[in-house]
Amino acid sequence: MAKKESTLKNMIICLLTITVVASAALAGVYNMTKEPIAAAAIQKKFAAIHQVIPDFDTLKQLAYLPPDGKDSVYLYFGYKNDSLVGVAVETYSEKGFSGHISIMVGFKADGTINSIEVLEQKETPGLGTKMTEPSFKDQFKGLDISKLPNEQVKVNKDQGTIEAITAATISSRAFCDAVQRAYQAIKKGGEK
Amino acid sequence: MNQWSNFTKGFIKESPIFVLVLGMCPTLGVSSAAINGVGMGLATTFVLAMSNLFISALKDFIPDKVRIPAFIVVIASFVTMVDLVMAAYVPALHKTLGIFIPLIVVNCIVLGRAEAFASRNSVISSLVDGLGMGLGFTFALVLLGCIREALGSGSIFGYKFINPTSDGILVFVLAPGAFITLGFLIAFINRFRKTS
Repeated sequence: MAKKESTLKNMIICLLTITVVASAALAGVYNMTKEPIAAAAIQKKFAAIHQVIPDFDTLKQLAYLPPDGKDSVYLYFGYKNDSLVGVAVETYSEKGFSGHISIMVGFKADGTINSIEVLEQKETPGLGTKMTEPSFKDQFKGLDISKLPNEQVKVNKDQGTIEAITAATISSRAFCDAVQRAYQAIKKGGEK
Repeated sequence: MNQWSNFTKGFIKESPIFVLVLGMCPTLGVSSAAINGVGMGLATTFVLAMSNLFISALKDFIPDKVRIPAFIVVIASFVTMVDLVMAAYVPALHKTLGIFIPLIVVNCIVLGRAEAFASRNSVISSLVDGLGMGLGFTFALVLLGCIREALGSGSIFGYKFINPTSDGILVFVLAPGAFITLGFLIAFINRFRKTS
C-alpha cells in the first residue's frame, strides 16, 4: 500500500480536505433539518397547550419575567368566541434534582388548575420521572392556589397539600415551585 | 477473516462493553431503561459503521501523524448529523437520550475501532466490523437496561409487571446499580468465556 508520507504538505492537504468536506456535509444536513427541528418544537408546545386548557380558537401570547428567575415565563391566553376559556403557562424551576425542569400548567378561566404537562425534565429515572405520571400531577387538578395558606402550593413535608413522590421530594418540590411561578405570573403578568 | 465471525465477534467474544470494557460513560448513563439502550445503541451503530467505512476508504490518504485528528473530524461530523437528524425526525427519543448523543464523539469504542480495525482492514471488513461492534454494543446496553429496569422499576420496555403502585429496588435505577449489574455481568461472561 502506498501510504502517504507524513510531510508537512501532505498533512496540511489531508486535514484541510477532510475538514472542508466535513463542514460542507454538516452545513447541508443542518439546512435540511433546520425546519423540521423548529416545527417539531412548536408542534410539541402547541400540543401541550391543547392538552392543558379547554378547546380554544384564538391564542394570545405574553411573556412575563419573574423577579426571582432569569428566564421568562410564557402565558398563552386561549379564547373561544372572544371569551377567555383558559390560560396555559409555560413555566420552569431550577430546583430539580438534576437542574432545570419545564412544565406547561393550564388554568381555567375561574383560576383553578385544569391540567399539567411536563415539557422537559432530567430527573432520576424511576424516581423523579414519576412527576410525568397522572398519580402525581393529577393532584393539582382543580386546585385553586388563591385558597391555599399564603397562596403557596407545597408538598406535605413542607406542611403543604401535595403528596410528594416517594424518595423524590426534591423533584416534587421543584414541580410545586414551577406551578407556583406559573400562578405568580398569572397574578402579576396577567393583569396587563 | 471470515465476515460472519467478523460480524458476530462484537456480541460476546470481543463485546465492547463486557470484554473490551470501552465506552463506560454512556453505558452506565443510559442503561437505566431498556428502550434507552435501543436508541443509544442504534445511534452508535450508525456512527461506528459510517466512520469505519470512511476511515477505511481514506486510510491511504491520511498521513500517520495526523490520523487521530482526521479520525475525530470524521467521527464528530457523523455524530452531529445523527444528532440533528434525530432532533428533526424523532424528537421524543432525542429528548430521552439528551447529552449522550453528542457524547458518542468521545465514546472510546468509535475511535478504538477506527484505530484498531478500520485503519488496517478493507472497506467491506471495516463496515461489517462497525455494524457488528455497534449491534454488540446495542445488545449489551439492552441486556443491562432490561436487568436494571426489571429490578429497579419492575418493568421491561416500559411494561410494568409488578403492582403499578409499588416500587422496585431503587438502587438499580441509580448509578451504583449500573456498576453492580455491570460487574456481575462481566464476571458471568468471563466465567463463560474461560470454560468454553
